[in-house]
Amino acid sequence: MTILQIAFLLIAFVTLVSALMVVTSPSMVHAALWLILTLAGIAVLFVLLNASFLAVVQVAVYIDAIAIMIIIVVMLTNNPLRSQMRTVTRTWWGAAIGALILLAGLLVMITQTPAFELQAPALAMEQEQYLKTLGSALVDVNQFILPFEIASVLLLAALIGSITVAWPFLAGRKEEQDR
Amino acid sequence: MQSFLSDPFLFIANWLESVLLGWGLQPSLATFLLQLLGALALGTSLLLLTFLLIWAERKIVARIQDRLGPNRVGPFGIFQTVADLLKLVTKELITPQGADLIPYNLAPLLAVMSVVGLWAVIPMAPTLLGADISVGVLYIISIGAIGTLGIMLAGMSSNNKYALLGAFRTVAVMVSYAVPMVLALLVPVLLSGSMGMQAIVNAQTPVAFIFLAPIAAAIFFVSSVAEVGRAPFDLLEAESEIVAGFHIEYSGLKFGMFFVAEFLHAFTISALTATLFLGGWQGPWAEQYTFLGLLYFIIKTSLVYFVVIWLRGSFPRIRIDQMNALNWKFITPLGLASLIFTAIAEKLAVDFGLPRLLIHLGANAILVALTALALGAYARHQRTQAAVRQERVRRKSTAEAA
Amino acid sequence: MLEPWIFIALLLGAGMLLPGVAIAANWVLSPKKPNSLKNTIYECGIETVGETYVQLKGAYYIYALIFVVFDIEAVFLFPWAVAYDQLQLYMVLEGVLFILILAAGLIYAWRKGVLEWV
Repeated sequence: MTILQIAFLLIAFVTLVSALMVVTSPSMVHAALWLILTLAGIAVLFVLLNASFLAVVQVAVYIDAIAIMIIIVVMLTNNPLRSQMRTVTRTWWGAAIGALILLAGLLVMITQTPAFELQAPALAMEQEQYLKTLGSALVDVNQFILPFEIASVLLLAALIGSITVAWPFLAGRKEEQDR
Repeated sequence: MQSFLSDPFLFIANWLESVLLGWGLQPSLATFLLQLLGALALGTSLLLLTFLLIWAERKIVARIQDRLGPNRVGPFGIFQTVADLLKLVTKELITPQGADLIPYNLAPLLAVMSVVGLWAVIPMAPTLLGADISVGVLYIISIGAIGTLGIMLAGMSSNNKYALLGAFRTVAVMVSYAVPMVLALLVPVLLSGSMGMQAIVNAQTPVAFIFLAPIAAAIFFVSSVAEVGRAPFDLLEAESEIVAGFHIEYSGLKFGMFFVAEFLHAFTISALTATLFLGGWQGPWAEQYTFLGLLYFIIKTSLVYFVVIWLRGSFPRIRIDQMNALNWKFITPLGLASLIFTAIAEKLAVDFGLPRLLIHLGANAILVALTALALGAYARHQRTQAAVRQERVRRKSTAEAA
Repeated sequence: MLEPWIFIALLLGAGMLLPGVAIAANWVLSPKKPNSLKNTIYECGIETVGETYVQLKGAYYIYALIFVVFDIEAVFLFPWAVAYDQLQLYMVLEGVLFILILAAGLIYAWRKGVLEWV
């Protein structure tokens, strides 16, 4: 058991436990906080896999932008700090058994693939070189220029769509409460 | 002795490592222990540096306001902060009823952790760098915004509507000003071709980036000052507004930790500006004598920190709607335009072999001229609007009088 | 490969431990006399009126949304900026096109009037 394996097991355990707490927390704000811990765990897993760019992107995009937006959206509703909804239905044991069977099936399938036995190959280039290759691939006419530009159009559509959907509702609400 | 004088940091590191190996430890364990020692030393020295920073700020702001500042406790009042710390340590830790205990106690730790974590990637000398990762700039963005998270936790978990309002206003301003900060951070990455901090400092050899991209440097500086919450953007902790904002319900050293985090953050952004735009540890003979590199770094950082304090003492506070309008309508478009101009200018200069400095200064001058024209048009529009409104009021009052 | 990250993890841990030690010292040295009046919520010196909870306005959501969009844009632009010295002029202009499309989104939000704080 190398140190790397122990670290991986610990981080994976923390991530899974906080993911479980996300879906079983009665208060939405607590659920959002557990989600932040889950995303941080995934970022550490990326570091363990030598993908440092993806790790900082995970923290910068998911935790700093999306998690904060989720918390703000949760606070925009009526009274999330005190909500005590039932978090499980009455037939939760049926869903749990179904999920466990699915997990067992997936594990059987994954352990039978030939790639499961291999070691991870050593990285071919330095991290710097990977980033430069990624950057030039994103704008190369023969490679990924079209997805690159379509990603920007997608972001624009998301921005315009969210503003169109949310703004009439928010502006109407602003008139009823003068804050 | 020669190697100690020319490179004290590497000399000390090698000597410590040889001592640990001499005790019979494995190399990986020796490296780990050295890193642990380094991390603890860095964290402790940063927290102790805060004493000096708070004292310097109080003296300088006092002199700007034509008074003396602390001068009783110790020579020149230098132990004033120690006295304040001792007072804070003996205060009672009052926990408001109904507060969420775990986020409430975690928030000051998160605020300090995010600021101390930034120092891992700042190169203080050619061989004095905590972690030479290849994604240093993105790391700065991501760790810096964990402080925002800490403030949000503090506001939500104190069971207090003013804390909640203050925290969310703070988070809205910090999140808004993070946009131009990220755009301005793209410019040094562009000009040096790497995201690693040591590589960016190494690329500033003939000319520092502040001369190649002055507008980007100004945008980074201003948006960082707004992110920290310093004057003139300190609406968020203004005592007269929402009664101290998100840290109303914190007492004793928990409040003290927020205070320490804010001052240290101001010093950290001075260090970042000095590293990314002023050349960090670059200077004459810095590569041969690395101690000089550390000295140049400290001088440049203190210079920028002095400008931060100078801004605090000189400007009145900006209102929150003015802050947001300034960000979204002026600084963000300027940041986008500066990035576009710098990208095109650099490629033109390199491809056609023109002098790099002149092309960049020319591009920035064109951008400044365009901004001045736009501001002039905006001001003219505001003036005609005001004149139209005044005309309407005058006509209504004469109509009523008649 | 992982060495710098171990230092970062240690520094973040030290960053949480040192204030923790300081606050623990504060807890040890402080008087502990809670009474119900000291623990009430602060509201300018009077009793708290109403729920200790407020509903936010829409501007917070809009700023967070625009920050998400620009953050993801920056994440796409960082590799482009790192590979800058290997690119030709038309590749740089493609990146500029990316920035301009998102600037159009900002202009849309501005003209729609959603950027007002009020």
